[in-house]
Amino acid sequence: MLEIKNLHASVEDKPILRGIDLTIQPGEVHAIMGPNGSGKSTLAHVMTGRDGYEVTEGEVLYRGKNILEMAPEERAGEGLFLAFQYPVEIPGVTNTTFMKEALNSIRRYRGEDELDAMQFMKVIREKTKQLGVSSDMLKRAVNVGFSGGEKKRNDILQMAVLEPTLAILDETDSGLDIDALKTVADGVNLLRSPENATLVITHYQRLLDYIVPDFVHVLASGRIVKSGDKTLAQELEKKGYAEFTGQAA
Amino acid sequence: MKQDNAMTTPFVDQYDSLKPELPGSALPWMTALRDRAMDAFSASGLPTQRRESWKYTNLRNLTQLELDGQSLAPRPVSIDRAPSLLPDGSAYRIVFVNGDFRADLSDLADLPAGAVIGGVAALSEDEPECVERLLAQHKGIEDQPLVALNTALMRDGLLLQLDAGCKLERVLEVIHVNSAQNGVFAHNARNLISLGAGSEATILEHHLGLDDSAYYINAANDVTLDEDATLRHYRIQAEGKNAVHTSTTNGELAGNSFYDGYTLSVGAALSRNETKMNLTAEGANCHLNGGYLMRSQQHCDTTTVVEHLAPQTSCREVFKGVLDGRSRGVFQGRIVVRPNAQQTDGHQLNKVLLLTDTAEINAKPELEIYADDVKCSHGCSAGEVDHDALFYLRSRGLSETSAKALLIQAFLAESVSEIGAVELQDLFLEKISDWLAV
Repeated sequence: MLEIKNLHASVEDKPILRGIDLTIQPGEVHAIMGPNGSGKSTLAHVMTGRDGYEVTEGEVLYRGKNILEMAPEERAGEGLFLAFQYPVEIPGVTNTTFMKEALNSIRRYRGEDELDAMQFMKVIREKTKQLGVSSDMLKRAVNVGFSGGEKKRNDILQMAVLEPTLAILDETDSGLDIDALKTVADGVNLLRSPENATLVITHYQRLLDYIVPDFVHVLASGRIVKSGDKTLAQELEKKGYAEFTGQAA
Repeated sequence: MKQDNAMTTPFVDQYDSLKPELPGSALPWMTALRDRAMDAFSASGLPTQRRESWKYTNLRNLTQLELDGQSLAPRPVSIDRAPSLLPDGSAYRIVFVNGDFRADLSDLADLPAGAVIGGVAALSEDEPECVERLLAQHKGIEDQPLVALNTALMRDGLLLQLDAGCKLERVLEVIHVNSAQNGVFAHNARNLISLGAGSEATILEHHLGLDDSAYYINAANDVTLDEDATLRHYRIQAEGKNAVHTSTTNGELAGNSFYDGYTLSVGAALSRNETKMNLTAEGANCHLNGGYLMRSQQHCDTTTVVEHLAPQTSCREVFKGVLDGRSRGVFQGRIVVRPNAQQTDGHQLNKVLLLTDTAEINAKPELEIYADDVKCSHGCSAGEVDHDALFYLRSRGLSETSAKALLIQAFLAESVSEIGAVELQDLFLEKISDWLAV
């Protein structure tokens, strides 16, 4: 469902991604691991269409469509979802307003009817129950005054509501204690299905104890330098990234 | 400071011929007041940018209106329904069309005892002592040329007087509808508001242009609050897009009185909303809040002067501006704390979102503090829509346009939430949505 072919991208003329190839099939969980500065977050941002990155070569096909030419909201409509490393605080906009607007935008994109307030609340009740999160956060302004864990849980709730087909988790474990990490992982696992894929980007193996990947890729200096199964993550945990940073240089 | 400018002369030249037909012309005190005001106005002229308090706003647009000999005479237009914002029967309503009171469109039934509400022109005939007393309470003629001009040529406006202890249970909706479809005009609306001790009123004031015709409104508002009185005064300035609107409010606040003001400005080619509040005795408190939303080449000036003249007085100002296109905003906020005004509390905030590179804000906060035991703060900022927030919303499916609209709405909501009459907040939020939807 996702094919990344020879992807090169730069930030302010500095090459960050230097030829990434990656294929993901429905139902799979892939993990991308790598040292700081290897281009992990850049990959997540280029895929979801953030400003400030220039794709100099290659393409990203999602279910046959080249998404690099699409606006971020169109990519969301196509089924992409990014769980942020640092979810943004938006004062003055309540979670409910935001999520309703988001869900209806995506439904419009897909040619589905919009939900009214009642129908939307039904969806929300279902999802909060399913994930075991408190509905208190719905009335609050998006992420304002949320703890690190609450912000990540809020992202996962959005994911549950929007039902993406490819979820990209960008260092979603950073700044989380073990309990928060488990809640987030439980949420992700709950939303897994044979039709959906997940791409987990992380520096540490820790998160992969809870979201168990089918494939692990090592990203160093903007390239995937090694791929394997989950045992590769455990190996990295023991040996660190020294081998790859040396190799890439 | 004699100014011989082209905008001043039409007003001065027409004064003598207009004088006999102005309301109250049979009252010697009124004629004397008008004469004094016209003398002061012709000496000062319309304010120009050479005046410090008018540094960023230029009234030269007025020459483009080509005011002629008929422009200062009434220009009635026919309207059979008041464009009210509140359901019939839920509020008292007073309507002015091109400045003139329209009893047929107003609803002033069931006023409580101790309340006088009506048009200044009619009341100059029926209750001249009341009008005289209210006009004598403020002396802005010498240093406020626009108030002098207004005083010389005023025809009509709202008169609200509440006796001590009188409480208006319903909102008073004041609607000023304007259209120059029958010829360009300049109108000097005079609104006199006087609240006796412990009395209370809520005003929703709405200035509305019916079309894109050009006209000039020069309003002067005199507000007097006696001890423990409360006035909630919320305004929407939605004049036609070629109109010029200047409004000067002078307030005298007695001990423990409270003025809660909010002004939303969306209309007019050029507007200036000037408010001067004197906090004259302990416990006087004023809130001057607002939002201004401008686009294309609109110009909007918000000027506030709060004088803390007594101990333990407080003021709070929260203004939010959104400037699009080549529009220009001006914010001048002056807070003066006089030597004896100890333990005063002043807070001022002006935040602006610039939606384009060509929009402009001139902000000038001024704190003059002559007492040593005071709390005063001010903050000013101008920036663009937060990129990270925009991307966050778009990554969740919102279009760039609706993501921006949501962020702007949220930005402005912070000022709307200052409106003390919570039940009226939605109405202002709707006006903001309307502006964003254009």
